[in-house]
Amino acid sequence: MAKAAFDTQAPLWSLKGVSFSYGHETVLQEIDLQLFPGKSYGILGPNGSGKTTLLDLLSGISQPSSGSIHFIDKSLHKWSHRDLARTLALVPQDFMVRFGFTVQETVEMGLHPHLHRFGSPSEQDCRLIEQTLEDTGIAHLAQRSITQLSGGEKQRVAVARALTQQTKVLLMDEATSNLDIHHSLEILHLVRQRFLAGNIHLVSVMHDLNLAAFFCDEIIFLKQGKVVHMGPTEEVMTAEIVEQVYQVEAQVQHNPFTECRQVSFRLPQKNEAV
Amino acid sequence: MQNRRKAILFVSLHATLLAALMALAATMGFLSVSVSDVLQIVTGKVFRLPFVDIDPVAISVVADVRLPRIAGAVLVGGILGVSGAVFQAILLNPLADSYTLGISTGAAFGASLVIVMQLFGLVLPPAISIPLFAFLGGIGTLILVLYLASGDRRLSSTSLILAGVIVSAILSAAIGFLKFLADEQVGIIIFWLMGSLSGISWQNVLLLMPAACIGSILAFFFSRDLNIMATGERAASALGVNTVRLRLILLAGCTFMTALAVSVAGIIGFVGLIVPHLLRHLAGPDNRLLIPLSFFAGGILLLIADTITRAVLPAEVPIGVLTALLGGPFFCILFKRRQQDGKSGF
Repeated sequence: MAKAAFDTQAPLWSLKGVSFSYGHETVLQEIDLQLFPGKSYGILGPNGSGKTTLLDLLSGISQPSSGSIHFIDKSLHKWSHRDLARTLALVPQDFMVRFGFTVQETVEMGLHPHLHRFGSPSEQDCRLIEQTLEDTGIAHLAQRSITQLSGGEKQRVAVARALTQQTKVLLMDEATSNLDIHHSLEILHLVRQRFLAGNIHLVSVMHDLNLAAFFCDEIIFLKQGKVVHMGPTEEVMTAEIVEQVYQVEAQVQHNPFTECRQVSFRLPQKNEAV
Repeated sequence: MQNRRKAILFVSLHATLLAALMALAATMGFLSVSVSDVLQIVTGKVFRLPFVDIDPVAISVVADVRLPRIAGAVLVGGILGVSGAVFQAILLNPLADSYTLGISTGAAFGASLVIVMQLFGLVLPPAISIPLFAFLGGIGTLILVLYLASGDRRLSSTSLILAGVIVSAILSAAIGFLKFLADEQVGIIIFWLMGSLSGISWQNVLLLMPAACIGSILAFFFSRDLNIMATGERAASALGVNTVRLRLILLAGCTFMTALAVSVAGIIGFVGLIVPHLLRHLAGPDNRLLIPLSFFAGGILLLIADTITRAVLPAEVPIGVLTALLGGPFFCILFKRRQQDGKSGF
């Protein structure tokens, strides 16, 4: 239903000369980027390369120090907080909940941008929450206090809440970094299914190159605050680029078992280099 | 749906208990007055009905002395309870209370300054000047804290708490200096700092009432946003909560009513810390329920403490001392029990 709302040719975001700095420290430098609908984007790069900052800029949480960001039909800073939250959801990396809300209450917060200030969830909303808890595999935790959950369980709550927000765009910041392989694949599969059905557009910060190869159509490689490579996964997930970005030795193969690219890597062998 | 019913039940239970305690407190004191007489005096005063069979002394004791003090205790307690709940939610810190950002220290500094100036011969009407300076001191402190924390554009809780701690430390030193200047008259300052509800008049109540209403309604209005704040600043922004604006509005609102409460009653500790804590334990962390409950429970706690010091104890103990002495051990027991249940935090 959602896809028709967007012009599939026009970019979702277009960034022109975007820089961001904390005080004197420049985190992102002169980024020019266009992200189109209908593709699953992955943002990759070594620690401190500005991945999360870029995601914050895309989600409107931070404003660029210079340059402009256009989102769908207008400049990102012209979007009202509420409209933006109805269009775009974020699964943050650090999902820390201070007080003992139950899992159900936390997921229900996803309805916030859709509800009137003193409104309560409708029958339909309640069914949506139930279904989302089921889909993310946390229905059995619904009445548990979120402060008592493990890191992986919390991450699934964060994903469930973002899905409850019913947005067209989903941003994920290392949403599977605390999950075991089964749950990682399950969450990514769930999100990817919705993406393939045309219900959501995706941008994810990823750490695991092999999960990124499975999950993303397009990869943006960041290094030291700059976009160093960007393109379809088959074109940019190559040994040379991985070696250059991460300073490791790498091999990339097509794995017939997963039907994805698979990267293996090791630290540079110094003896050979000499 | 089930939650809404629970909320209505909890709130009406607290409100009823508070009303009953207010009526009971009005009967207690040096002169004992029956509950029915108290009710007749209240309805008589409100609707201007003639009094039947009541001692005129009882009428003036209840209507002019006890009732304003009782109303004052409830309002001050309610203000401290609500602002404690809000500060804990805004600062993402269950150890915060209405005084964490130094508002009380600022108010104390303002009051001590006037007291010292009077000792040095400056003539100001103390009935107005002490509350006024205390209020200005509290508001001024918030402005200073906001200015210090504003270098961080997100106005994060860490910056706010840190700025509050710095400003409080400086003001505490300044208060120490004023005490030193006051020399033998230092008792006046110390007595003010410990808080008292004994001087509350109907004028004070009329001042506190609209502040308590506006501040509490404001806090309730943003209660769902406060819930979302508990899941972190980035997550809250992504859900459409304007975190900076929310912090500014609620800090201003709560500081305003807290500064007013402090200017009337002095520094009464522990209510703002313990009331939201206890309620979170009883009724859950949902601010939509926690904020109205904090008002009633804060009022109940301070009314009980004030009635004990006014009518039960042989001599008046400063109310700030009593709330800490009553609340402290209770808090310890609760804290220990939570640890045994395997829940270290709140």
